[in-house]
Amino acid sequence: MDVLLNNLDIFVVGFRTTLVLFVWSALFSTVLGLIVGMMRVSPVPVMRGFGTFYVNLVRNTPLTLIFFFFAFGYPKLGLPEFSYTWLAIIALSLYTATYIAEVLRSGFNTVPLGQAEAARAIGLSFVPTMTRVVMPQAFRAVIPPFMSVLIALLKNTTIAAGFSVHEAGAIRAYASERGEPAMIVLLWVAFFFIVLVMILAYIQRRLEKRWKVAR
Amino acid sequence: MRKGMTLFAVAAAAALVLSGCAGDEPPAPGGGDGEDTSNLYEVNDNVELEGSPTFDAATKAGKIKIGVKQDQPGLGYKDAVSGDRSGFDIEIARWMAASLGFSEDQITYEDIPSANREQALVNGDIDLYVGTYSITDKRKEMIDFAGPYFITGQGLLVLSDNEDIKSEDDLAGTKVCSATGSTPIQNIRENYPDATPVEFDVYSQCVDALKDGSVDVVTTDQLILLGYAAQEPDTLKVVGEPFTTENYGIGLPKGDDALRHYLNQVLTDGSDVWQGIYDATLGEAGVEAEQPSVDDY
Repeated sequence: MDVLLNNLDIFVVGFRTTLVLFVWSALFSTVLGLIVGMMRVSPVPVMRGFGTFYVNLVRNTPLTLIFFFFAFGYPKLGLPEFSYTWLAIIALSLYTATYIAEVLRSGFNTVPLGQAEAARAIGLSFVPTMTRVVMPQAFRAVIPPFMSVLIALLKNTTIAAGFSVHEAGAIRAYASERGEPAMIVLLWVAFFFIVLVMILAYIQRRLEKRWKVAR
Repeated sequence: MRKGMTLFAVAAAAALVLSGCAGDEPPAPGGGDGEDTSNLYEVNDNVELEGSPTFDAATKAGKIKIGVKQDQPGLGYKDAVSGDRSGFDIEIARWMAASLGFSEDQITYEDIPSANREQALVNGDIDLYVGTYSITDKRKEMIDFAGPYFITGQGLLVLSDNEDIKSEDDLAGTKVCSATGSTPIQNIRENYPDATPVEFDVYSQCVDALKDGSVDVVTTDQLILLGYAAQEPDTLKVVGEPFTTENYGIGLPKGDDALRHYLNQVLTDGSDVWQGIYDATLGEAGVEAEQPSVDDY
C-alpha cells in the first residue's frame, strides 16, 4: 500500500494519460471503423477495394511499428506538428479502426440480405438502408466483440510509454528510479487495469441487456 | 501479472524494432580492441572470502553472472557486429571478477536495463551489477552497494553549434530528452517546468532525436553524455557543470556483507588499477578524473 500512496503522483498522472489516450482513440477509431466497415460492404467497387486495402495493410502491421513511424518518422516529414500524446492517439486510432471495421462488417453480415433488399425496394438509398435498417440490427450482434476490441485498445495504450507519452506503462520506470520494488508496482498497475476492464465489461452487459430482443 | 507479461512483450517487441534500426551506429570510441587493461591486475587464484553466499554459489558454478548496460558508449557498450563489450563499467566488472578469481571467459554478461536492476539482483539472476548504478538509500532497502567507484552528476548534451544553451539555467522553452522515467527526467519535470520533457526507451534514441533536431537537449548523468560526445566530437558537446550528484556503485544482493567489504577493499587497494582503467577508456576523451573513496557502510 505504501508503494501506491508514496507514488500517488505518478499513478494519478499515468492513469489519467492512459484514460485520455483510451477515450480519444476509442472515439476516433469507432468513427473511422464505421466508415471503413461501411466501405467494405458498399456497392461501389473502388470503396470496397480501398476498405480492404486499408484493413489489410494496417492490421497486418505491428502496432509498435506504427508507433515507431508516428514518433520518429512523422516529425521529420515537415507536416503540422503534434504532441507525442496526439501522435499516439493517431497511431492507436488508425490501428484499432481496422479491428472495429471488421467487427462491424461481421455484424452487417448477420443481417439477412432480404432486409437490405426490402429497404431498397421501398426506395431507401445506401446510407439510410445502413443506418435505419441494417445497423440497429447489426449492433446487437457486435457488442461482445466490439467491447473486446476496446479492452484490447485499453491495454495497447501501454505501448505509448516507449514513445514519450507519460502514461500507465511508464509508471514502472518512474517508480523503479525512486527505488520502489518493480514487482509490487506492476501488481498495482495490473490491479488498476483490471478495474478499468471490469468497468468496460459492465457497460457491455448493460448494452447487451438493453438491446436484447427475442428473435 | 498479465500486465507484467504485456510490458515484457512490449519491451521485447521494441527491442526487436530498435535493434533493427541500430545497425548504422558508428562503433564505440577506442573500439575496445586496442585498449588492453588485463596487465593492470591478475586473476586472483587464492581468494580469501568466507561467509559470502553469492561468491560460494558462483565458485561452485565456475562462473560469475554480471549485469551490465550495452548501449552506453565508453561505459557499457556491446558492439552489434562482433559482440565485443567495451567501456569503463565493463572494465570495472572484469577487474572485480578477476579479484574474485574469475577470468574473462568465466564471466557471463547479462544486459539488464535500468528499470529491472533491483529485481534481477533480488531474483538472483545476476551476482553483481556494474552499469551507471547510482547509490540511493531507497535502493539500499532492496540491495547493497560496493563503492562508489565514480562520482558524476546530471549534465547536458547539445549539438556542437548550439550557443544558446550553456547550463541548466537555459532550459526554459527547450525540449529535453532522457530515458523514460529516469531520475534526470523526473528532475526536469519537477524543477524545470518551463522545459518540455521528451522520453524514449534508451539514450541512443534521444541522441538520434537531438541530431535530427526533434529535441534540443539530451540530459542524463554527465559521464554517459561524455561517452556520446567522445563518439562524435564534431556534432555533439557537453555543456555546463553537473548539477546533481550521482555516486556509481556496484550492485550486490542484499545482506552479502562479506562480499561488499571484500570488493570495497579491492577498490581501495587498487587505485593504480582504477586510474589505468579510466585512462584506457573514458580518459581518452581528455577529461581528468580521480577515484572517489569508498563508503564501506
